Amino acid sequence: MEPLLNITGLTMNFGGIRALDNLDLRVREGQIVALIGPNGAGKTTFFNCLTGIYKPTSGDLLLTPPGKTTRRLNGLKPNKVTQQGLARTFQNIRLFPNMTVLENVMIGRHCRTRAKVLGALFRNPGTVREEQEIVALSLMILENMGLADMVNEFAKNLPYGAQRRLEIGRALATDPLLLLLDEPAAGMNPQETGELEELITTIRDDGLSILLIEHDMKLVMNLSDYIFVLDYGKKIAEGTPEEIRNNPAVIKAYLGEDIEDA
Amino acid sequence: MISLTDIKKGLLVSLWFVFLTFPLMVIKVNPIDKVILWRWSNMYWVAGGSFLCYLAMQIYKTRKLSRQERIKQGLIKEKPKMQFKLLSDPKIYLPTLAVAGLFFLAFPWLFSTYQTNIMITALMYVVLGLGLNIVVGVAGLLDLGYVAFYAVGAYSYALLHLHFGLGFWEVLPIGGLLAASFGILLGFPVLRLRGDYLAIVTLGFGEIIRLILENWNEFSHGPSGISNIPRPGFFGIHLGLEQSITYLYYLMILMVIFTIFVVNRLQNSRIGRAWFALREDEIACQAMGIDKTRTKLTAFALGAFWAGMVGVIFAAKTTFVNPASFTFLESAIILCIVVLGGMGSIIGVIIAALILILLPEYLRAFSDYRMLVFGAVLVIMMVFRPQGIIANIRRTYTVQKND
Repeated sequence: MEPLLNITGLTMNFGGIRALDNLDLRVREGQIVALIGPNGAGKTTFFNCLTGIYKPTSGDLLLTPPGKTTRRLNGLKPNKVTQQGLARTFQNIRLFPNMTVLENVMIGRHCRTRAKVLGALFRNPGTVREEQEIVALSLMILENMGLADMVNEFAKNLPYGAQRRLEIGRALATDPLLLLLDEPAAGMNPQETGELEELITTIRDDGLSILLIEHDMKLVMNLSDYIFVLDYGKKIAEGTPEEIRNNPAVIKAYLGEDIEDA
Repeated sequence: MISLTDIKKGLLVSLWFVFLTFPLMVIKVNPIDKVILWRWSNMYWVAGGSFLCYLAMQIYKTRKLSRQERIKQGLIKEKPKMQFKLLSDPKIYLPTLAVAGLFFLAFPWLFSTYQTNIMITALMYVVLGLGLNIVVGVAGLLDLGYVAFYAVGAYSYALLHLHFGLGFWEVLPIGGLLAASFGILLGFPVLRLRGDYLAIVTLGFGEIIRLILENWNEFSHGPSGISNIPRPGFFGIHLGLEQSITYLYYLMILMVIFTIFVVNRLQNSRIGRAWFALREDEIACQAMGIDKTRTKLTAFALGAFWAGMVGVIFAAKTTFVNPASFTFLESAIILCIVVLGGMGSIIGVIIAALILILLPEYLRAFSDYRMLVFGAVLVIMMVFRPQGIIANIRRTYTVQKND
């Protein structure tokens, strides 16, 4: 079967610097796939290429929704990529700070709804129903995220962990096929990380596929079905958590070369 | 509460103010008798006034700080803010609304034509403020050339009447739509720009429109303008000057109500949310599937639409248009209204428009100092309430818990 996301030969140059070098990566349906690597390895660049913020120099980004034909994501604008079914979170949280928690999630529904200016003015039955559906669905998502008590708070007033969860909730509101999480556990304490692990598993069990960038190795090893390792923009290893743990190239990239071998 | 350093600083501040206002307040030259009048008493007033103001500000600050400290420690609970109480309790805001409504309805019968005329101008700025509020307050696109759309509306009435004999009511929507299309025209080149860069380009756009109107004589009759623009008709009945002013006043009231209705509905819609999101974080907004291009263009177009309509009304009110009415100062005043009122807040913008337009009019009594007072009001507002008179309140939703 075609993998949900199939990336081949992805290369990204910034002037003379090659940030991503001929990268191949696959995400199968229902999998949690992790992308790891030392700082500056090109993980976030990879996300930005995938979500249309950067335009990749070469390579193919192919998305195959289950039961549908394959689509190429190269060169699509970020909002079109989201419409195709990829939703992301950001490494440094990017919520809409001066909007309420509920509104943040409601924004996620934007690309799945269609009310126009005239609809907003006349509030015809179609628009009213659509609004009600948006609110109901957003509330349901917030309940699943454990944020039901804070719906009318400003997003900026939420504690850090809740902001992370809200960002995931907002991404889920876009009805994605594939959820892209950029360091979701950054800055979390062990308890919050544990809750996050549970949350991600639940999302996967609901039928979504997840691609995540993460530094917390314990989380990555616990969660992932498959791991890709990047270093200096190149893929240096891929495999199951067990294989990655024992891969000498990975250990070298993370810890440096062993003195006795040199 | 007040320490010695506070007093020292206060003395320095008052000295500085004395120095600043010395040429203006103390020295008075009489060129005819060739004598200089030294008004020393003014100096003492300035010194004493600024010293007391400074102390009052310090006391206010320390009290606010200690309050916040105590709230943090959990000693006292945070009081709900006054404005929330005012706006959320129907027992308070319904009577206020009724009184305000009655006042505005009875205005032309209570006051002279002159006052009514001023009020029409103020109401025009209310609509302009609400229109610009869509662009600046809600969508966060700093537009310094808003007056260009106002000019487009005014000139479309003047020119369409001159060449095709079209009346007020035909041109009102045409003027709005023309301005909206100019809004889109401006929107395209500035799609990639943000913040200061956007401000500069829109400023340039406003000046371009004004300069075209000033210099293209064959098209716009240049600086001499276009006169003899008819006032709005009332089912073909001829109205006297006073009657037509009253009529225009009620037209403006209707226009304001219509604007409030539309802007309010827009803000609480899918599009309004997208505008707010665009203001908050452009990248996240796109990543959540919002089409940046389309959202920005609708904001520009819908903002410009109101300016165009008010422009038509302006031409009908003054019966004369020339480029001098559409200088950068107008844009600045409208922007002041939005910032002072509170970004994105409808009630705030209305209050700010009324204050900013009516205050200079009624300060004519202090004719020499009125711009000084006007400036001081702006500075004080920005120091004490940077969020505007009434900060924008987001709509809340009640949650039904299914237990």
